[in-house]
Amino acid sequence: MRSIFKTSAAALATATMLSGAAFADGHAALEGELRIFSDMSNPGPRAVMEGLAAEFDEMHPDLSVELEIVDREAWKTQIRNVLSANPPDVINWYAANRMGPYVDSGLFMDISDWWEAGDYEGLEAVRGAMTMNDAQWGVPYTYYQWGIYYREDIFGELGLSEPATWEDELANCQAIVDSGRACYAIGSKFLWTAGGWFDYLNMRTNGFDFHMELARGEVPWTDDRVRETFANWRTLIDMGGFLEDHQNYSWQEALPFVVNGEATAYLIGNFAVDQLRNAGLTDDQLDFYQFPVINDAVALGEDAPTDTFHVPSGAQNVDAARAFLAFVTSPEVQTRINGPDGLGQLPINANASVADDEFVQQGFEMLSTNASGGIAQFFDRDFPAEMASVAMEGLQEFMVFPDNLDDILDRLEQARQRIY
Amino acid sequence: MATATADFEALSQRQTWLQRNRMTVTPILFLLPGLLFFLVYVIIPIFQSFNISLYEWDGLGAAEYVGLRNYQELATDRNFEISLWNNLKWLLLYLLAIPLGLFIALFLNQTVAGIRLYKSLFFFPFVLSQVVVGLVFSWFYLPREGLLNGFLAIFGIEPLNVLGDPTMATYGIIAAGLWPQTAYCMILYLTGLNAVDPEQIEAGRLDGAKGWKMLWFVVLPQLKPATFIAFVVTIIGALRSFDLISIMTNGGPFGSTRVLSFYMFEKALGEFGFRMGYGSAIAVVLFLIMLIFIAYFLWQMWSDEQQARR
Repeated sequence: MRSIFKTSAAALATATMLSGAAFADGHAALEGELRIFSDMSNPGPRAVMEGLAAEFDEMHPDLSVELEIVDREAWKTQIRNVLSANPPDVINWYAANRMGPYVDSGLFMDISDWWEAGDYEGLEAVRGAMTMNDAQWGVPYTYYQWGIYYREDIFGELGLSEPATWEDELANCQAIVDSGRACYAIGSKFLWTAGGWFDYLNMRTNGFDFHMELARGEVPWTDDRVRETFANWRTLIDMGGFLEDHQNYSWQEALPFVVNGEATAYLIGNFAVDQLRNAGLTDDQLDFYQFPVINDAVALGEDAPTDTFHVPSGAQNVDAARAFLAFVTSPEVQTRINGPDGLGQLPINANASVADDEFVQQGFEMLSTNASGGIAQFFDRDFPAEMASVAMEGLQEFMVFPDNLDDILDRLEQARQRIY
Repeated sequence: MATATADFEALSQRQTWLQRNRMTVTPILFLLPGLLFFLVYVIIPIFQSFNISLYEWDGLGAAEYVGLRNYQELATDRNFEISLWNNLKWLLLYLLAIPLGLFIALFLNQTVAGIRLYKSLFFFPFVLSQVVVGLVFSWFYLPREGLLNGFLAIFGIEPLNVLGDPTMATYGIIAAGLWPQTAYCMILYLTGLNAVDPEQIEAGRLDGAKGWKMLWFVVLPQLKPATFIAFVVTIIGALRSFDLISIMTNGGPFGSTRVLSFYMFEKALGEFGFRMGYGSAIAVVLFLIMLIFIAYFLWQMWSDEQQARR
């Protein structure tokens, strides 16, 4: 009796699936539960993620989407527990080397087949960032440019213009320092902001390729080319270019210095714009320029960190996960979630349209026309986790005590030899 | 007579084993849940971390046996050395909470109008969460706007960046930690002072003891139990100083305020930490340091008990 019931139920299920497929025009009807763990916990991104989950749930009547949002900082340490015990079907993470530990331990699913099958049309340009060991491990959903955000009104007051070369940059900075301000706000308490400075100075001094060689551990930290990068950095430090006591502040705590005009510029990601606007700066007061050229001989490389979705290898509902990834990366959804009402960042799909926002437009323009050197993820995503943490500490120390450079580089070199 | 004995024997044979041994079984049964949890959550993990410290393991993949290599690396790790010294600073300076607490307790041990209010105000910092204490003190220390520098400016002293200076930061955090810890020691001494025998004070006074002599020879010996407890909680508090460091400096500037517990967390469980083996090795060292104190505490309690029995 039971077996008859079972068979008929199975037959029924197959029948519904078939008819569903016929109705949905090639899409298999998705069933069961799709469990998503997301780190989009800031108010704006949270609304975007909740909207996506609800929409996907509505599109598939037989599927219930269960969304769990974890605090963004906490997620960085919780991900390993979530992945190793009862993994969900879709999770958030970051591109490039930051995937390393989970790819190596087999916790992310290899989704190269889905890329091959044409699930992600328009994403060819970002495929590299998702590639590790010749396979793809996830899809991106947004990215944003880094660059120098500055106070246009103060530049105007001092008669300065956006610098294109290092000489311009230094001349500008000297004028700003002479006016009693700091050229750059920075809050290095949590170290990574110093990593951004190193990324840019090294990519401008020695080029993108060299920077990546360093990230892969192929060049010693004591190399003369690395020292040259630090020498350029030191020029800015010695002229008093950086905000004093920056080791006490987080990146948010350094923002007020820009807002009240004690510092005129900030090398940071586009996520800072929202906060600066909320603090009362208008678009007339705030503008953006690309990090200036230091060495003419190298092509310009840029930092543009990419945030991603992955499928854990222990996912239960792989079909639904696949459909969700295709949904999130589609041009229509990309345009919407990266728009001004969403994340206010750059869409990763080439067929999506870029939001009509001064900063997003400038960033898009810069990354698509003026970053021929290559696009890096960010210091702590390109370098292996341990190297990044040791190195960023050294970078912060350098910014406070530039005289310790030899000691710092020896330490980093020791770490490099042990880690790689 | 003979029948009575037989009756009694028959009775005790009719009792079950459980009924006969209930004086032994009952305490064991009551202790069992506690012991079980203690075993699972304390004792076994101790041995597990001993074991993990012999492996190179990222917490995700396969572990590789490396023998004592993690410990060898610790011996040459400068950050470990800094953390160890900081732990020592914490242990020594945190003990200041005991005399400070004692003097506040003596000061408050009087009967004036509203003394209860004053006592609770002094006790207040201990009620605050460590996170709040850390935040308040980091604002107090702020390099430009902080109260401390405003105060120093009155005397024409150059502003200090306490938490941004690697030589001062640890002391700054310990000072923040002393605030609630002093309140804790104070409350221990206040209860202790209630138990001081007034007759002995009277007798001391008749013999001409005053001031410091009275305190040292008459009052303090009677406060010995309170002092012991204050010592225990202060040492333990110093060794588990984690929240304040995490809130106030996050281990920085460039790692100069780390202590062993913080370093262990960073290496094993932090954002960039994937070295369970190395973290466990640090934990083992921390455990051995704690063991010295735990052994002393246990020995002290045991010998007190022996004395009390005599």
